[in-house]
Amino acid sequence: MTLVSFVLLFVIVFIPIFMIVYNAFFFEGKFDIEMFQTVVFSKDNIDAMTNTVIIGFAVTVFGTIVGLFYAWLLGRSDIPCKGLMRALFMIPYMFPPFFGAMAWDMLLSGRGGYVNNWLMNTFGLETAPLNINSLWGIIFVEVSYYFPFVFMQVVSALERMDPTLEESARIAGATQGTVIRKITIPLVTPAISAGALLILISSLAHFGVPAILGFSKQIYTLPTVIYACIDRAGGSFEGIRQGAALSILLVLVVAMALILQKIVLSSGSFDIIKGKSMRPTLIKLRGAKYPLLFLSVLTLIVIVLVPLVMIFLEGLVKAYGLPLVPENFTLDNFKNLATSKATMDSIRNSLGLSISAGVICMFLGVMVAYVVIKIKPKGKEILEMLSVLPYSIPGTVLAIGVILAWSGALWGISLYNTIWIILVAYMARYLSFSMKSASASLQQVHPSLEEAARACGASHTESLKDVTLPLIRPAMVAGFFLIFLPSMRELTTSILLYGPYTRTLGVQIFALRDSGQIPQASALAAIAILIIIVCNFIVTQITKDRKGV
Amino acid sequence: MADVRFENITFHYGDKCILKNFSLAVEESQIMCLVGPSGCGKTTLVRCLLGFIKPETGAIYVGDRCVFSVKDRIDVPPERRHIGVVFQDYAVWPHLTVMENILYPMKKMRMNKDEMARRARHALEQVRMVGYENHLPSQLSGGQQQRVAIARALVSSDEVIVMDEPITNLDAKLREEMLQEIRVIQHDIGTTILYITHDQEAALQLCDKMAIMDYEGKLCQLGADEDIILRPANRFVFEFIGVSNFLSLVQQNGRAYIDAGEKYPLDNCPMEIFAGGQKMEMGVRSNDIAFDNTSPIRAKVRSSVFLGSEYNYFIQLGNKDLRVQQNALDVIQHGEVKEGQEIGLRFLQPRFYPAKEQKGGNA
Amino acid sequence: MAEDQIILKHVTKRFTTKTLGTVTAVNDFNLNIHEGECFSFLGPSGCGKTTTLRMIAGFEDLSEGEIHLCGQPVSIKAKNLYVPPEHRGLGMVFQAFAVWPHMNIFDNVAFPLQIKKVPKDEIRKRVKEALHHTSLDGMEEVYPSDLSGGQQQRIALARAIVTNPKVMLLDEPLSNLDPKLRESMRFEIKALQRKFGFTVIFVTHDQSEAMAISDRMMVCDMGNIMQIDTPSNLYNKPINRFVHNFLGQSTFLHVVLDHGQVYARGDMQNPLPLTIPEKADREMVVATRPNAIDLNRDHGFKTHIYSRVFLTDTTEYLVPVGDQLLKIQTPHRITFGKGEECYVDFTHVMWYPEEDESAEAERAKRQLV
Repeated sequence: MTLVSFVLLFVIVFIPIFMIVYNAFFFEGKFDIEMFQTVVFSKDNIDAMTNTVIIGFAVTVFGTIVGLFYAWLLGRSDIPCKGLMRALFMIPYMFPPFFGAMAWDMLLSGRGGYVNNWLMNTFGLETAPLNINSLWGIIFVEVSYYFPFVFMQVVSALERMDPTLEESARIAGATQGTVIRKITIPLVTPAISAGALLILISSLAHFGVPAILGFSKQIYTLPTVIYACIDRAGGSFEGIRQGAALSILLVLVVAMALILQKIVLSSGSFDIIKGKSMRPTLIKLRGAKYPLLFLSVLTLIVIVLVPLVMIFLEGLVKAYGLPLVPENFTLDNFKNLATSKATMDSIRNSLGLSISAGVICMFLGVMVAYVVIKIKPKGKEILEMLSVLPYSIPGTVLAIGVILAWSGALWGISLYNTIWIILVAYMARYLSFSMKSASASLQQVHPSLEEAARACGASHTESLKDVTLPLIRPAMVAGFFLIFLPSMRELTTSILLYGPYTRTLGVQIFALRDSGQIPQASALAAIAILIIIVCNFIVTQITKDRKGV
Repeated sequence: MADVRFENITFHYGDKCILKNFSLAVEESQIMCLVGPSGCGKTTLVRCLLGFIKPETGAIYVGDRCVFSVKDRIDVPPERRHIGVVFQDYAVWPHLTVMENILYPMKKMRMNKDEMARRARHALEQVRMVGYENHLPSQLSGGQQQRVAIARALVSSDEVIVMDEPITNLDAKLREEMLQEIRVIQHDIGTTILYITHDQEAALQLCDKMAIMDYEGKLCQLGADEDIILRPANRFVFEFIGVSNFLSLVQQNGRAYIDAGEKYPLDNCPMEIFAGGQKMEMGVRSNDIAFDNTSPIRAKVRSSVFLGSEYNYFIQLGNKDLRVQQNALDVIQHGEVKEGQEIGLRFLQPRFYPAKEQKGGNA
Repeated sequence: MAEDQIILKHVTKRFTTKTLGTVTAVNDFNLNIHEGECFSFLGPSGCGKTTTLRMIAGFEDLSEGEIHLCGQPVSIKAKNLYVPPEHRGLGMVFQAFAVWPHMNIFDNVAFPLQIKKVPKDEIRKRVKEALHHTSLDGMEEVYPSDLSGGQQQRIALARAIVTNPKVMLLDEPLSNLDPKLRESMRFEIKALQRKFGFTVIFVTHDQSEAMAISDRMMVCDMGNIMQIDTPSNLYNKPINRFVHNFLGQSTFLHVVLDHGQVYARGDMQNPLPLTIPEKADREMVVATRPNAIDLNRDHGFKTHIYSRVFLTDTTEYLVPVGDQLLKIQTPHRITFGKGEECYVDFTHVMWYPEEDESAEAERAKRQLV
C-alpha cells in the first residue's frame, strides 16, 4: 500500500509539474532560455501578466475585506437570521464564476446590456454608464464568487475561538472597536491568510470570467493568453511550450504569495481553541442593526439572486437582446439542447468524468491518508507534500503539465484529445481534497479503536474493514462530493484539454456563448445550476444522518 | 479464569530502557492493580501482554497457554490471545450500537447465535446497561460508554481482562461508582483483572493485590493493600502513597537527634538503624505529626489553612519546613493552633530509611 | 468594618432557551462585599456563580436588580443603566487563561496600560513590576504558547494587576491547572491580594480551594443563595444538608428521639452518646464528618467493623449503627481489623430535620437536562 501510494503520486502529480519546468527551459534535451525570454518579454504577454497580477491582488484584497466583514457580522454581532444568511453567503461557492460573468455581461455589457440600455433610455444618455467589460468588471465578478473562501474560514475560526480572549481585552479597558482591531483580527489572521491565498490562487488561474468579459475589449490575462496560444497553435508543440513558459510566471506569482503568507504567520503561535465551550457575547449593533441587515440582504441579492435569475430568464428568451417580457419567452432553447448531440455528450462527459474522478480520488485519498497517518513510513512527508502540492498550483498550470506529460512524451502514451487526459488532470488537481478530508477524519480515529478490535479477535485487515473504514465513511462521502461538484462546473482545466469529442459541460457552455448562441448557453447553464443544486441537496442529506462519529 | 505470568520481560524504546528482566505473576480470579508514576513502563507491560508490541526477552503466559516467548519463538497475534481489554478512552466503536459493540468479539470467535445472545444479555446485566442495546455510543454518557467497554471485555474473554486507566476520564463522583462496580462485577464473575493506574487511591479501593513500580520500571512491592500501607517495602513505596515529610538523623552519644540546622532529640528511634554506618532519614506522614506541648521538639507554625475536612499547617522546625495535616477530630480534641504560635511536635509511626544521594523527586 | 465595595441588590437573571423555557439562573441575590475582602462564590455547576460574576463584570445584562461598584452604580435594570465592562475598572482572570497568543508577554501585560495611553516609560516600569510580582522576571519577549499552563495563568494575573484595580474577579482561575500547581497558585493569589489590597471575588466549584483562600464565601445552588459566612462557620455550622454535604465529606445518620434518648433508626435498644438539641422532632438527621468521629476501643456506642478500605492518607471504615452504615476515616496509625469490636463517639454534630427528598430529586432532574 505504501509503495503504491508513492508510485501513484509520483505519476499523477510529480511528472506533470516536472514536465512544465523541463519544457519551459529545455528544448530537445538542451537548455534553451531563448524561447522563454521571447515569450515572457513580448509586450502582449507583459500586459497580460500585469492584468493577471492586478486582478489577482485586487480580487484578493476586496474578497478578503468582504469575507471578513460578513464573517464578523454573522459570527459576533446580534444581526437577525444568522443561520439562513450564512447558508446564503455560501451559495456563490457552489457555482462557477463564469456563470456570473455571463449574467453580468447580459446586464451591464458596454454594448447594450439590459441595465445599460434601460439607463440610457431613461436618462437619455449617449454611452453606457456602466461597463462590465473592464478590469473592474472582472474584479467585481470574481470577488462576488471568491469571497466565500475567506468568509467560511473566518466564520469557523471565530466559532472555535475562546470568547474570553476578547472579554479579557474588554476588562483591560479596550472598547469594542479596539478589541476587533487588536485582538479578534490578529487572532483570525491564519484563517484570513489561508482564505486569501485560496482566492489569490483561484483568481490567478481563473479562465472563465476574464475570457467572457475581457475578450471583447482585448483584456487578456495569463490563463486566457495561454488558452489562445494553444488554441492558435492547434495543439502543436510550440504553442504548448509557450504555454508552459507562461505558466512558469503564474507559478512564480503564487510562490511569492506563499512566502508572504509564511512571513505573516511566522510571528507567534495561534493556539486559540481551548477553554470551556461558551457562547460568545454577541455585540449589540443597536441602531446599526437594520441598516446592516439591509446591506447584507442587498449584497445577497446582487451576488446571488440577480445572476441566477438572469441566467434562467435568458435561457427562456427567444433571441439575445430581446426584452425580458413573457411574450418573448419560449422553451425552445431547452428543447434544442436536448436534441443537440454535442450538448448531450458534454453533459454525459462531465457526469462521467466527475463521478469517476470522485470515486477514484476518494479511494486514493483514503489510501494515501492511511499510509501517512497510520502506517507512517519513512518519507511520509514527501507523500504528504506531493498530495497537497496541486492545491497551491493554478489549474491552468496543471493542465499544461498534464498535456506535456501525457501526449506521448512518456513511454509513448498519448492521451491527448481523449477523455482520459481530462480525468488524469482532475485526479491530479483534486486528489488533495479527498486526501485532506480523509486524513482529518483518520486523525479522529484513535488507535485504541483498532486495537480494541484486535483484542476482540479481529485480524488487522478485519479491524480495518470493520472499524476504520466505517468510521471514516462520512469523510469519504464528503471527499467524493468535494471532487464531484467542482469537476461538474470545471472550465479552467478542461478548456485546455478538450478534444472534438470530449467537451465538458463548462466547455460546451463557453463554446455556445462564444459562437453567439447566448440563450442556449444560458439554458445549459441553468441546467447545470439545477444539477449542482440537486447534488448539494444530496450531500447535506448524506452528511446529516451520519452516525455519531 | 487464568493467571498471568510475565517472565523476564525486557523492553527498550530507542535507547531508553523501559523494562528490564521484569517478572510478575497475577493470581487467577484476583484484581491486581499495577501502580506506578507515569512513564514507569506499566502501559508498556500491558501492551506486551496484549501483543501490540514485542518484548526483547522473556515470556508471557496466560493460564497454561504461552502467548509469547523469545526462546520458543512464540508470538500469538493480538486477535488470538483472548484477553479482554478496556482502554482509557473507552474505545467503544462509535458507528456500532451498544449491542453490536458487544456482539463483535463473539462474532469473531464464530460463536453460535443463541450463545451470543445469551452471553451479551448476561454482560449487559452485569454492567447494568440493559435497555440501552440499540443506543449509539454518542447517546451515552462517559460512564455508560465505559460500562459498554467493560461488557465488551467481559464477553471477549472470561479468563483475563486488562484495564488501562479506565476511569481517568470520568469525573470524581463517577470514578468512585465505577470502581465499586468493577469490584462487584469481578466478584460475581471471578475473572482475573489486571488494572493499570497511576492513581494510588483508586488502586487501594479496588485491588486484591497491588504491584508498585518505581520510575525505573522496577517492581518495588507486591502485596495486599494492608501490606502496602502498613508495611511499605521501601522508601519509594512510602513516599508514593500519601504525603510525607523526611528529616535527617544523626547519632550522638548513643542518642538519636533530628538534624535540622539545630539538633532535636528523638526518643522513639531504634538505635540499630545506625548500625550500617549510613546516613539515615526519618519519614513521617503528614497526618502522623501530633502537637504536644510537653515535647522537647519545638517548632513554629508558619501558616495554617483550613480546608474543610482538614487543617493544613506549614511548620518550621529549625531550617526545615514540615507539612502537617490534622483532621477535624484532632482539632476538636486538641484545639486549633494559630500562625506564629510555638508548639511541640511528636512523631507518631516514624519510618527510617537510608538517606537519598540527592534531594528532590517526590512522587 | 471596612465599607461595602460591591453591592448586589435583588439581582436576578433569567435565560430563555428553546429546550427548557425560562430558567432562573440567578434568583434575587443580595450581597455586600467589603473592601479588601476575599469573597468566594462556591457551588456546583449551574448554581449561578459564573453568571453572577459575569453580571458584575458587565458581560451579562440583569433581568432585575442593581449592582454598585465602589460606590458607583454600574447596572440598574429599572433605570436601564449599564456601564460596559471596559469602564468598570476591574481586573479579571479567566479559567482558560485568555492570554493573547499573538502578543509576547510584555505586550500582553502592557495592553491595558497602552489602552489607557499611559506614557511609555511608565508602562515599562509598571509591566516590569507586575512581572516581578508574578515571578515572570525577564520573560518579556517570550510568547505564551511556549509556556506551561501555570505560567500562562501568571501572565493573566500580571495583566490583571498592572492597572492596580480595586476589584479583581477570578473565574475558576485554577481549574485548568494540575493539582500540585493549583495549590501553590492559590497561595500566590493570596499573597498578591495581601500586597495590593484589592478586593477579590473568586468563583470556584472546589470547596477546599474556596476554604483556603476566602475570608467569606457564598454557597449557592440552583440559582439560590444557600448561606453566606466565613469558611469555618460554613463548615462547622452548615445551615442545611446541602451545604453540609457540599463542603467536605459528610456522613448522615437517621435517628429517632425517644424518652430523652437518641437512637439510631432500626436500633431502639442502645442509645447513642448524643444529647438532644433544643429544637427537636421525633425523627431527625444527625450530620457529622467521617474524620470527626472518634473510633476507639473503650467509649461510646458499641459496634463492630463492617469493612475497611485503605486510602492514601486515611483508612476508611464502615461500621453498622442501627440499620445504617456509618462512614469513619482515621489516620493509618489507628488500625482495626475487619469484624473487630469497636466503639464510636461523636465530637461535633449538626441536627437537621428529616426533610423530604424533593429537593434532591429536583436537583437530579435539573442536572439531567
